[in-house]
Amino acid sequence: MSATTQSPTASGSRTPSTAGRLLGDRRLPVAVTALLFLVMYGVGLSRYQNYGFGEPQVFLNLFIDNGYLLVAAVGVTFVILSGGIDLSVGSMIGFTTMFTAWLVERQGLPIVVVIPMALAVGAFGGFLMGYVIHNFEIQPFIVTLAGLFLFRGLCLVISKESISIGDASVSSMAQAQVSLGMGFLSIGAIVSLVVLAVAFYVLHYTRFGRRVYAIGGNEQSAMLMGLPQGGTKIAVYTVSGFCSALAGLLFTLYIQSGDPLHATGMELDAIAAVVIGGTLLTGGSGYVLGTLFGVLVLGLIKSIIQFEGTLSSWWTKIATGVLLCAFILVQRFMTTRKKT
Amino acid sequence: MTTPSTTSSRWRALTHHHLFWPVAVLVLLLLVNVPFTPDFFSVRMADGHLYGSLVSIVLFGSPLILVAVGMTLVIATGGIDLSVGAVVAITGALACSYISDRSDQGALSGVLLAMGLGLLAAVVCGLWNGFLVARMGIQPIIATLIIMVAGRGVAQLITDGQIITVNSEPYKLIGGGYWLTLPFSIFVVAAVVAVTVALTRRTALGLLVEAVGGNAEASRLVGIRSRRIKIMVYAFCALCAGIAGLMISSNTSAADGNNAGLWIELDAILAVVIGGTSLLGGRFSVGGTVVGALVIQTLTTTIYTIGVPTQTNLVFKAAVVIVVCLLQSPKFRAKVFGARFGAGSGARGSGKQAAAPADPAAASEAAPKMEVS
Repeated sequence: MSATTQSPTASGSRTPSTAGRLLGDRRLPVAVTALLFLVMYGVGLSRYQNYGFGEPQVFLNLFIDNGYLLVAAVGVTFVILSGGIDLSVGSMIGFTTMFTAWLVERQGLPIVVVIPMALAVGAFGGFLMGYVIHNFEIQPFIVTLAGLFLFRGLCLVISKESISIGDASVSSMAQAQVSLGMGFLSIGAIVSLVVLAVAFYVLHYTRFGRRVYAIGGNEQSAMLMGLPQGGTKIAVYTVSGFCSALAGLLFTLYIQSGDPLHATGMELDAIAAVVIGGTLLTGGSGYVLGTLFGVLVLGLIKSIIQFEGTLSSWWTKIATGVLLCAFILVQRFMTTRKKT
Repeated sequence: MTTPSTTSSRWRALTHHHLFWPVAVLVLLLLVNVPFTPDFFSVRMADGHLYGSLVSIVLFGSPLILVAVGMTLVIATGGIDLSVGAVVAITGALACSYISDRSDQGALSGVLLAMGLGLLAAVVCGLWNGFLVARMGIQPIIATLIIMVAGRGVAQLITDGQIITVNSEPYKLIGGGYWLTLPFSIFVVAAVVAVTVALTRRTALGLLVEAVGGNAEASRLVGIRSRRIKIMVYAFCALCAGIAGLMISSNTSAADGNNAGLWIELDAILAVVIGGTSLLGGRFSVGGTVVGALVIQTLTTTIYTIGVPTQTNLVFKAAVVIVVCLLQSPKFRAKVFGARFGAGSGARGSGKQAAAPADPAAASEAAPKMEVS
């Protein structure tokens, strides 16, 4: 697995051989997504120039409003690269918001204590799912589906009503702004970017990252090579559980309440972001940077629909579906080319 | 399934029947109700209709049974259909918005036309899924994810984001009406199940579906038109989902683009798995699926009747899923029950190498876990 990944820049040469090599390049889907993002941003600029679309803050808001989705999608990227799937992400986020809100508001624990607890619960949940998937050889789809039900159910067990957080330290954290000169980022956005950087390092520069790719590429070969297949698989789901819990904490900061219905269906957004980012759902191929662009594209769709004003919210879903479809077909086209 | 070993008791033969575990769970769940509601099994007659817990389990479970039966065939070909929930929403939305536009909502022709329109839309969705999976060779889980995401948007587009209510007697019949003292939807379900069983077990169709699920490439080489079979099962699954959509919207006399059929795909897949159909394809049991769907509906009813707070419903469901899956996992049985199932684990150890995915399409579901026994 090549460990070198530069920021995708399409080379300008047009000779047929170069084109052929470009099409076979694993980085192409990421480049296409990045290009799509730029084109969409350009279109947004030209259409809503007078409404302040060009403000740097509009761009930074993409990170502020989608930080939690980015973190969740990074976790899902690990799972999908290893050839699995995690459907419990949305429920885990919802559960973390409830868990945090309940501990802070009803039990009066300081947020500094609650954060590691929530992360530990998330990671442990992921570990359990990974353990069952590996040791009892049940499909990840079904096990994480049970996780989806379990965590959503635990939300409701904690409370049927939403709990709003009035704690002073939480709201000061939520409102903290980190100035960047031309605009500001929230703590959540910063954390999500840090997570992205760590994931990038882990996937491309550590042994664990290579094992994830190897298992996703071909589990059989990975096993014959003597890679610790079970440990890696369990670790991957633990990472995903941890990321979901972290995303849940960011979501709690973003929305400052816990609700049993928070983040319903967010696993689909996360999976969609990963696919749009060019990661193959069969596993073994893809980049975490692509996930960043996938999340940004989804976020941009939402912003554009907000700026348009007349479009209803359900166009977001339709646009996401159409994009998904286009990217899946592009991926398909590329993989068939590679084989021939 | 397992190598014949020393002990060949009757118990062993019984526990290895593919319907044993699902039926055992169902019976257990039904029995749990008895201490809490002593007249649980009684069925009484009132106003010319039959009432009773058993009748309502079948009545409320009928959309799920329909969707799950369609899903069984898709899963038997080694695929999966995540879009059924969205198809339920689209069908209900189309039919209700068509009926609500009529001046005479009770007219039979208008209702039939609306239902036809809804089912047509459902089949189109199914054909699209089938096209993506069979022609374009995309993994089923992703191909159907497209309609799962976009379909709800389309349903909300049709209803304009509103909940459309209709007031139509004939339309009310399919989901909430009675016929011959029984809920009409039971007859619809019975008809669909009977047709499915007849088509798959009395003709070669079922065998072809299993062949495609076992190994799509090999089945193509022996002359089965595997692509056509795949497109067909996706269309059939969507048709079942469409009928379920009509039922759900008719039962509430309303179409809700956002919430109709929410999570029904997960329940349906669960029903299929509880029924003993492997997610890897190649084997299916329509009877098991019906039992599986009834298990899920009985679980919901049980939670209401024994007075467990309804919010723990989902936790219970998760527990049941895990228990049923663990019981079905050969490796778990080998570990827990030890010697009794020891032979099974030995067989699967050698089967593992043989079951290496030959082509990437067959390995669509993450990684192969269970041997195709």
